[in-house]
Amino acid sequence: MATEEMEQLVQREYKQGFVTDIESDTVPPGLDESVIAFISHKKGEPQWMLDWRLEAFHQWQTMKAPSWAHLDYPPIDYQAISYYSAPKKPEDGPQSLDEVDPKLLETYEKLGIPLHEQAALAGVAVDAVFDSVSVTTTFKETLAEAGVIFCSISEAIRDYPELVQAYLGSVVPRGDNFFAALNSAVFTDGSFVYVPEGVECPMELSTYFRINAANTGQFERTLIVCDKRAQVSYLEGCTAPQRDENQLHAAVVELVALEDAYIKYSTVQNWYPGDEDGKGGIYNFVTKRGDCRGDRSKICWTQVETGSAITWKYPSCMLRGNDSVGEFYSVAVTNGRQQADTGTKMIHIGKNTRSTIVSKGIAAGRSNQSYRGLVKMTPRATGSRNFTQCDSLLIGDQCGAHTFPYQEIGNSKSTVEHEATTSKIGDDQLFYCQSRGISEEDAVNMIVNGFCKDVFQELPMEFAVEAEALLGVTLEGSVG
Amino acid sequence: MLEIRDLHATVEGTEILKGINLTINPGEVHAIMGPNGAGKSTLSSVLAGRDGYEVTQGTITFEGQDLLEMEVEDRARAGMLMGFQYPVEIPGVKNIYLLKSALNAQREARGEEEIPSPEFMKLVKEKLEFMRMDTSFLQRAVNEGFSGGEKKRNEILQMLVLQPKLALLDEIDSGLDIDAMKTVSHGVNSLRSENRSILLVTHYQRILNHIEPDQVHVLIDGRIARSGDKQLALRVEDEGYEWIHQESAA
Repeated sequence: MATEEMEQLVQREYKQGFVTDIESDTVPPGLDESVIAFISHKKGEPQWMLDWRLEAFHQWQTMKAPSWAHLDYPPIDYQAISYYSAPKKPEDGPQSLDEVDPKLLETYEKLGIPLHEQAALAGVAVDAVFDSVSVTTTFKETLAEAGVIFCSISEAIRDYPELVQAYLGSVVPRGDNFFAALNSAVFTDGSFVYVPEGVECPMELSTYFRINAANTGQFERTLIVCDKRAQVSYLEGCTAPQRDENQLHAAVVELVALEDAYIKYSTVQNWYPGDEDGKGGIYNFVTKRGDCRGDRSKICWTQVETGSAITWKYPSCMLRGNDSVGEFYSVAVTNGRQQADTGTKMIHIGKNTRSTIVSKGIAAGRSNQSYRGLVKMTPRATGSRNFTQCDSLLIGDQCGAHTFPYQEIGNSKSTVEHEATTSKIGDDQLFYCQSRGISEEDAVNMIVNGFCKDVFQELPMEFAVEAEALLGVTLEGSVG
Repeated sequence: MLEIRDLHATVEGTEILKGINLTINPGEVHAIMGPNGAGKSTLSSVLAGRDGYEVTQGTITFEGQDLLEMEVEDRARAGMLMGFQYPVEIPGVKNIYLLKSALNAQREARGEEEIPSPEFMKLVKEKLEFMRMDTSFLQRAVNEGFSGGEKKRNEILQMLVLQPKLALLDEIDSGLDIDAMKTVSHGVNSLRSENRSILLVTHYQRILNHIEPDQVHVLIDGRIARSGDKQLALRVEDEGYEWIHQESAA
């Protein structure tokens, strides 16, 4: 049989496989329209959603993966990835904590994570993941009373199609970038939040609570809309190292703040960074953007990035409304062979808009990290101000930190300030602490936490405490 | 308390200390003086355990233990504390946090519980008052933006809180105006006790008007050229070091 024919046959069988496999839980590796149709069908989506996905897919096909980031990784074969797999069956995972990597458990121990949560995080088959069914019920009632919608994006597409249609892709358009287009075509789940006019969300919303989203980390899609004068604080992720079978992650997060609305979005990201040589770590390509659409609206991004082998992430703000405010507070820690290219974009469009960027990068081991930020003042954005401070701290002499600040100033009535420092964790500082009886490890912890203080104080309280502990664990053994 | 025997040390291959002998008994205050380049700061650094100083010969015994075998933090936990000439700034780390961590590290080494917060605050406030420092100082980052005088007072404050057995004070008087000098000396004098020893390393005699030493040693070219009581310090102030140099050369 000629090679050509064989290929055709393989192709055909594959397509047939898809059709007959409609009831199965996993599609074979590869991406084409039929796979997207399969995902949409599995999710029980309406036609408009499928059309939207397909449109994104067509755009993606014309795009190339970005190569401008200061990252080094082998090319990704997008046809070798399976784009849909149902949540793992209990029998596939480890059956008890005894079967889990002891090193991982040790880390959980250090972070003070309760045993039942350890099991859930490590992917052990447990009947009641987090014994929080009652908690879940209580908080759902509280939210419903306030009129806040908080559900998975799949539910939202079914139950609130007009809201989703109005806002999905309105901040990060389908063809915005290579990874956003891919996500738009194949996203499988994520969160949806709508806070109605004048409502201050009565509690902090956390993915941690919305546990049914387990195993959807690969192509997550989050949409948060705050109507006029509404407020919400959203927490994403958790400090425990999360493992995932899927190496490629490409999430999209869209935030919309209407007049006088305030969205605070806090992330602690700790995906598996790979082993000491960086093998098996997660590639995390995330598009996060907030749209301060209304006057006097405010969006605040706070992130603590410690995990992943590769991080590509620039939470940004479009300051469209007059007097709107964008803030970005970031701590990125890399150790071992991790690479991170992260930063933000502040696009000033409305008049008298203000933005603040505080970025703290800590590089240890043989890791490499870059801050990449854009501050843009459009001609209309008169009277606007930006303040940027980005500091890097190096631990050891085999790591690297880089800063790429871009500024585009389109009017003469705006102010842009930029401060940057790079320092090595001082032998003198370590010595000083040690000469007071403090161990080297505690001293490093103390100095690094001091360095990150400006960002940690922006985190919700319990996150801040966890973040400090996390930093210690991440940097363990990075000195001496 | 502290016993230094025939101590030789090199910095980047150059021998700086060439056979130091010194015994400090409990309750004694010793002062080491000497001209620039005599090896004063090398001696301080070796005692503190700073990197880059190689001991090629001799021993240092602290409370019966081989000091040179001890890690930096273990020296502090065993009760030897260094007051630095140039205390380093640590941005973002509050003074109170450093103090508490240091105190608890010592307590842990002694097998004691962590100090309860109210007790700690009471202790710190008392010592702050003694050093004429404002409580707002506790919330400031360690040494960040401190004046020279504030840094030195901070070093003494740490001594008062940590209560070492042996206090090493490296050029604690440098850069102090007369008022700050009085406050610092007042703090150091309050440390004097039967069980505690103090070693002052200084370039100038004037601090010894405020902190009266039991013994004065003059360090010249890596050796203790002369020891005596405080009269020796006064003579150095009047005549400089040259006469000692000549006498020891003769």
